Amino acid sequence: MDTSTQTLPDRDATQALGERIRQADAEGTPLRIVGGDTKAFYGRKVQGRSMEVETLSTREHRGITTYDPVELIVSARAGTPLAELEATLAEQGQMLPFEPPHFGAEATLGGMVAAGLSGPRRPWAGAVRDFVLGIRMIDRHGRSLRFGGEVMKNVAGYDLSRLVVGAQGTLGLVAEVSLKVLPRPAARHGLRLPMSREEARQRLAEWGRRPLPISAAAWQDGALNLRLEGGAGSVAATRREFGGDDLEDDYWDTLRELRLPFFDTADPRPLWRLSLPQRARLDIEGLDEDTMLHDWAGAQRWLRSDLDAGTLRDGVTRAGGHATCLTPGAAEPFTPLAPPLAKYHQRLKAELDPHGIFNPGRLYGGL
Amino acid sequence: MNIHYDARLDGDLPRQDKATVLADLKRSVPDMTLLHREEDLRPFECDGLSAYRALPMLVALPDDLEQVATLLIRCHALGVPVVTRGAGTGLSGGALPLEQGVLLVMSRFDRILEVDPDARTARVQPGVRNLAISEAAAPYGLYYAPDPSSQIACSIGGNVAENAGGVHCLKYGLTVHNVMRVELLTLEGERLVLGSEALDAPGFDLLALINGSEGMLGIVTEITVRLLPKPETAKVLMASFDDVAQAGRAVGDIIAAGIVPGGLEMMDNLAIRAAEDFIHAGYPVEAAAILLCELDGVEDDVDADCEAARRVMEAAGAIEVRQARDEAERALFWAGRKNAFPAVGRMSPDYYCMDGTIPRRALPQVLETIAELSETYGLRVANVFHAGDGNMHPLILFDANREGELERAEALGGQILEACVAAGGSITGEHGVGREKINQMCVQFQSDELTTFHSVKAAFDPKRLLNPGKNIPTLARCAEFGALHVHHGKLPHPDLPRF
Repeated sequence: MDTSTQTLPDRDATQALGERIRQADAEGTPLRIVGGDTKAFYGRKVQGRSMEVETLSTREHRGITTYDPVELIVSARAGTPLAELEATLAEQGQMLPFEPPHFGAEATLGGMVAAGLSGPRRPWAGAVRDFVLGIRMIDRHGRSLRFGGEVMKNVAGYDLSRLVVGAQGTLGLVAEVSLKVLPRPAARHGLRLPMSREEARQRLAEWGRRPLPISAAAWQDGALNLRLEGGAGSVAATRREFGGDDLEDDYWDTLRELRLPFFDTADPRPLWRLSLPQRARLDIEGLDEDTMLHDWAGAQRWLRSDLDAGTLRDGVTRAGGHATCLTPGAAEPFTPLAPPLAKYHQRLKAELDPHGIFNPGRLYGGL
Repeated sequence: MNIHYDARLDGDLPRQDKATVLADLKRSVPDMTLLHREEDLRPFECDGLSAYRALPMLVALPDDLEQVATLLIRCHALGVPVVTRGAGTGLSGGALPLEQGVLLVMSRFDRILEVDPDARTARVQPGVRNLAISEAAAPYGLYYAPDPSSQIACSIGGNVAENAGGVHCLKYGLTVHNVMRVELLTLEGERLVLGSEALDAPGFDLLALINGSEGMLGIVTEITVRLLPKPETAKVLMASFDDVAQAGRAVGDIIAAGIVPGGLEMMDNLAIRAAEDFIHAGYPVEAAAILLCELDGVEDDVDADCEAARRVMEAAGAIEVRQARDEAERALFWAGRKNAFPAVGRMSPDYYCMDGTIPRRALPQVLETIAELSETYGLRVANVFHAGDGNMHPLILFDANREGELERAEALGGQILEACVAAGGSITGEHGVGREKINQMCVQFQSDELTTFHSVKAAFDPKRLLNPGKNIPTLARCAEFGALHVHHGKLPHPDLPRF
C-alpha cells in the first residue's frame, strides 16, 4: 500500500491555499482541486474557459483538529486521509455512520465531502450531508470562512455547510469539516435470503414499517443480502425471525468500494448508478432489472449497460430518479438539470465563483 | 432593539403606494382573498414572538398555487416586499410583517396530498400542521419524527423555513434530515423541484439550503417528508441531581457510554418548580436539576439501555433515578417538560425564550455564566434544555409593564447568546434568527461570511424583496451594533461610515 499520504505531518496550510486561490482568481486560472485523486472518474473533466487548468492539492492541509468522543463530533482538515480519520474514531468505538466509499487508500475527507457519496447504511442512517455540522471554506478571495460549527443544532444563517456536499468543489475549497459521529452498534449480523426481486421488494416494504434493526439491504442474483445492526437483543431476535445463510463478513465493504465481481472493471460496458424511489419500477426497453444490483433496499441500483444515455435517463426520470455514469469519458456523467433549476445553479455559481476558478465544468458544463 | 425595518441599517427598501398595489393585485389575482383594512390586518401583526409587532400593508390568503405565482410575479414587478407566514407560531419573528410589504399567508394550503406507507413518505401542502402528519401516518404504524413543542399548531412549511427541531433531534435529526423533496416558487414565479423521492438528486443540494432559509430564497409550496416506523417501545428515566454541573456531566457520560437516547432533556430548579406546580408530573421540587432520558427501540435493547443509563447517571451523582412505570407516567413526565414554557409563563407576566446551542462539555460553565447574568440584570432565568444536543432554552422572566424590563430582558438574552458563541456554540439551535437575533448574527459571523450569505441571497432574489430585514444582517447593521470582528488586524469594512 502506498503510505505517502499517511506519512505527511499534520499541518494547517490555509494560508498557502488561500494565497494560491486569491492569485488564481485574479488571473482567472481554473483550478482542479485534488485530495487523494481517488474519485477522478466520478464527474466531468475540469475545463477552464481559456486558461490552462492548474492542479491544487489539499493533501498537505491535513490533521484532525478536534475530536471529543463525548461530544460525538470530529473536525478535520480536508487533506486528512479518510482511513486515518476512521481509525481514530474506531479506537473510541465510534464511526462515520454514512459509510463513505474510499475508492483507494489515498481518499481524503475533502474528497468525501466534494463527492458526497454514501455507503450501504445510507437509507437508514442518512447521507454525508446529514452528518456535516460545519465547514471552513476558502472563498475566491482566499479568505477562510466558517459556516455551521461544532454543535449538533445550528440554524444561524444559510446552511452552506450542507450545500457544498456533493458540489464537486465548484463553490469553493472546503478546507475543514466538522462531522457528527455515532457509536458503533453493539451487535451485527449479515445474512442472505434466497428470493426473487419482486419478493424482496414486498418484504422490504413490510419490514420498513416495522422498527427492525436493518442497516443494509442489497438484492442481486436471486438473493437478498441483509445486515442487522443494533442492540444484542434486537439483532438476535431478528436473526431468529429471518433465518437465512450467514453472509461473508466483508460483503458490505466490498459492495461499498464497488469491488464485488458485479463491478468487474474488465467489463467494457459503462457502469451506471440509478438513484430511484425505493419501490420504483423501471420500464425501459432492453433493460432487465434482474441483471442489476439493487442496493439501498432498491433506492440505489447499479447497472452495466450499453443502453443509450438518453433512453436510460428518460426512463429513470419518468420513475422519479436520476442516472449517473461512473465510467470515465461519459459526455454528461450527471443527469442534466431542468431549465429553471439549472438557471439558479448558474446564478449561485456566478455569485460565489464569477471567474470560474473552482473545478469549472466538473459537475456540469459552464458550472 | 427597534424592531421596525430601518432603511439606514437594513438597506434601502421600496415603499409603494398602498392603493396602487391593492388595485393591481385585485386586478391580477381577482379571486384571491386580500385583506387591507386595519381591523382585518391586526390579527397578522405578529407571529409567536408577540413582543414584536408591525402592521402589514396587505395580507394575501391564496387558495391555489396559480394565485401564489401571480402574486409573486406582480410583487416582483411592482417592487413590493413579500413576507411569508405559515401558522405564525415561530419564536424569532421570522414572519414579522413589513409595513411596506405584503404578508403572504399559506395557511389555506392545508391538505395532506398522499401518505404512502410502503415508501414511508407523506406528500403535504405547506400549511399542514406538524402533528397532523403523524396522525395521518399513525394507522400504518408510522410517524413524522421532528416534534417541536408547538407541533399541535405549527405548520410544516414553517418547519422547513426555520429547520425546526424538537426533543428527539439527537437521534432522529432536524427538519432538514427528514424532508426529501420540496417544491418552491421563486420570486419570479418559477417552479423549482428540490430533492426527490429518491435518496438524492443531481446538482447542488439546494434542498439543504432551503431548510432554515426563513422564506428569503423562495416560497415552499409542497413538501415530501420521510416517515419512520414507530419504535416498539419507549421508556423514560427521570434522574434528580442536587448539583446542576453534575447533571450536565451525566449527559456527556450517557453519550460516551455509547447510548443514543431518543430524547435527553434537562430542567433546572426554577423550571422544575414551575412545571410541577402546573402539571403535577411528580417532579422532585427540591432537586437542582433533573434529566429526562428517553430510550426507544426494540424492547430487549431498550431494557438493556435503561439499565446502562441508570448506572451511568448514578455514577455521575444522581440522588434518585426513577423509571416511568407505565405509558401514563411516561406521558406525565413528558407533559411537565413539554409544558415548561407555559408553566414558566404562569410565574411571571412575561417571559422571553432563548435558543442558544453549545458543545455539551461547556454546559456547566455556561450555566454559571447565565446565573451570574441573571443576578446582574435582576431578572430570574429558568433553564430548559435539549441537553442531548446542547440546545439551551433559558427563559427570562420579566414584566413588560415595568419600565425598562423588556429592554433589560432583551439585553440579558443577547448576553446569553454571546456566551453561547464564546463557548463555541450558536445563537440559534432551532428557532431561527428571524428579526429577533439579527444583531447577534454579527457576533456569530464575520463580515466576509455575511457577504457570502448576501451572495447566496442575490442568486435567488437580487432585488431583496423576500423577507428583507430578517436572518442575515447588513454590514451597516453590524457596524452600528458594534460587534465588529477585526480580521487580521484590519477592520472588515473600512469603507462604511461609523456613527
